[in-house]
Amino acid sequence: MLAVEARGVQKRFGPVRALAGVTLEVEEGEFFGLLGPNGAGKTTLISALGGLAIADAGSLAVMGHDVARDFRAARRAVGIVPQEIVFDPFFTVRETLEIQSGYFGLRANGAWIDELIDRLGLASKARANMRSLSGGMKRRVMVAQALVHRPPVIVLDEPTAGVDVELRQALWAFVRGLNASGHTIVLTTHYLEEAQQLCTRIAMMKEGRIVALGRTERLLADFSERVLRVKLARGELPAALAARAAREPGGAWRIPIVDVAHVEQALRSLREAGAAVESLEVAEPELEEVFVKIMRREESPVAA
Amino acid sequence: MTGLPTLLYKEVLRFWKVSFQTVAAPVLTTLLYLLVFAHALAGRLEVFPGVSYVQFLIPGLAMMAMLQNSFANSSSSLIQSKITGNIVFILLPPLSAGEIFAAYLLASMVRGLVVGIGVFAATLWMVPLPVPNPLWVLAFAFVGCGMLGTLGIIAGIWSEKFDQLAAFQNFLVMPLTFLAGVFYSIQSLPPFWQAISRLNPFFYAIDGFRYGFFGRSDMPPATSLAFATAAFAALSWLTLRLLRRGYKLRH
Repeated sequence: MLAVEARGVQKRFGPVRALAGVTLEVEEGEFFGLLGPNGAGKTTLISALGGLAIADAGSLAVMGHDVARDFRAARRAVGIVPQEIVFDPFFTVRETLEIQSGYFGLRANGAWIDELIDRLGLASKARANMRSLSGGMKRRVMVAQALVHRPPVIVLDEPTAGVDVELRQALWAFVRGLNASGHTIVLTTHYLEEAQQLCTRIAMMKEGRIVALGRTERLLADFSERVLRVKLARGELPAALAARAAREPGGAWRIPIVDVAHVEQALRSLREAGAAVESLEVAEPELEEVFVKIMRREESPVAA
Repeated sequence: MTGLPTLLYKEVLRFWKVSFQTVAAPVLTTLLYLLVFAHALAGRLEVFPGVSYVQFLIPGLAMMAMLQNSFANSSSSLIQSKITGNIVFILLPPLSAGEIFAAYLLASMVRGLVVGIGVFAATLWMVPLPVPNPLWVLAFAFVGCGMLGTLGIIAGIWSEKFDQLAAFQNFLVMPLTFLAGVFYSIQSLPPFWQAISRLNPFFYAIDGFRYGFFGRSDMPPATSLAFATAAFAALSWLTLRLLRRGYKLRH
């Protein structure tokens, strides 16, 4: 079954085309990354999925339930953690979670609420008013609110923006655990390192369109490469290597290599050329490079 | 089980947690009106024969407080949720437009009725009030609070900023309540203003409510109830339409 299915979703806000026909499928159990610069349409797509925005055209479904026609089942199937920190200052943490639970028609949900409070490290704050919580704590409550009805699909919209390292790690451990127990995770983030570590598949958006979609390792293989970064203390790069290499502003050379055996060859030719190596590292393919390349590619349309 | 009872509970708990502002303050304001007007005008005015001016004032002032507080409850809750952004926690769950409408409406009515009870509880010691027709009293209390609770939902949905809501309150709700015959009988007005007053749905709520206490009113109570109910129904229809379309809530 498809956890999320978007078919030609379009959305316009006045003159701004937020979504220009997005088609996307997320399989059940995937850890899916939705990446793109600010204004690419990621949040609009998530809003349309949760019913916070209404698509102008196209269709969206969660676990096979259309978000408009079958909105009750669709909303029960998805838990969304919004990007902005929002809270209701009238209530305590526990009240907030009990009320959220009730909205989904769940009355005897205390055991699960206790577990969420415990697992998200909120136990000491359960009776505290939302107003008195730090930003990170409020973020944890928002995660708990999104999970209170045990949705099979969990959507996190930039959950680690402005979050300290400790909470970020705790949050990822928690979300990984949810994914391991069968939940589908859809994540947006600007931290590409996180996306690379966590997501099995990635879609990149720009200006309301999906401009790249594929398994993370596939995107890395297609758009990034392993490089040997060498800085020389003395001597010159042999011509055979220089032909393939690029020079960084700091003076280091970047030599693309396919596998580690090439490192051996490169070092040998450096030694034979009488060059002395000051520093050396093997840089693995990076999603950041993939991202930059894809965004740049999308920038130069048919103008030329 | 649906989410409606929870949203209703949350909305009632919201005002109850700050009941000093939301219940005690309007009761006190109403008492001040009563003391000042009663002092200034007692003995000089007799609207219905055999009914003192203070007695005449109490139901009207109580209804005015009920109307204003019903309006304030739904409108302020919605605008606060919209501005702080926590409205998403109501929009994301599987709540239908009808459930959202019913919960905000009923919570507003509870607030209006609690304030009304507070006003009567606080004035009982001053002036005894007969209640010959308690069913009319209840009917108009429900319809009046319902009408304004609904209007509050519309105002809360429509307003994007607090000053827009304040404008709605100061330029629509306040004039309509003050010109609804709280302090006088519209029979004492020139014909033109009488005709204008008859277009004001708040007038029917107050006039009919008063009938429940004195058995006398400007309009027959059944007519007033019909007009007030019609206004309530029309506003409810509009509110449901706005909620179904997601007007200014679901973008």
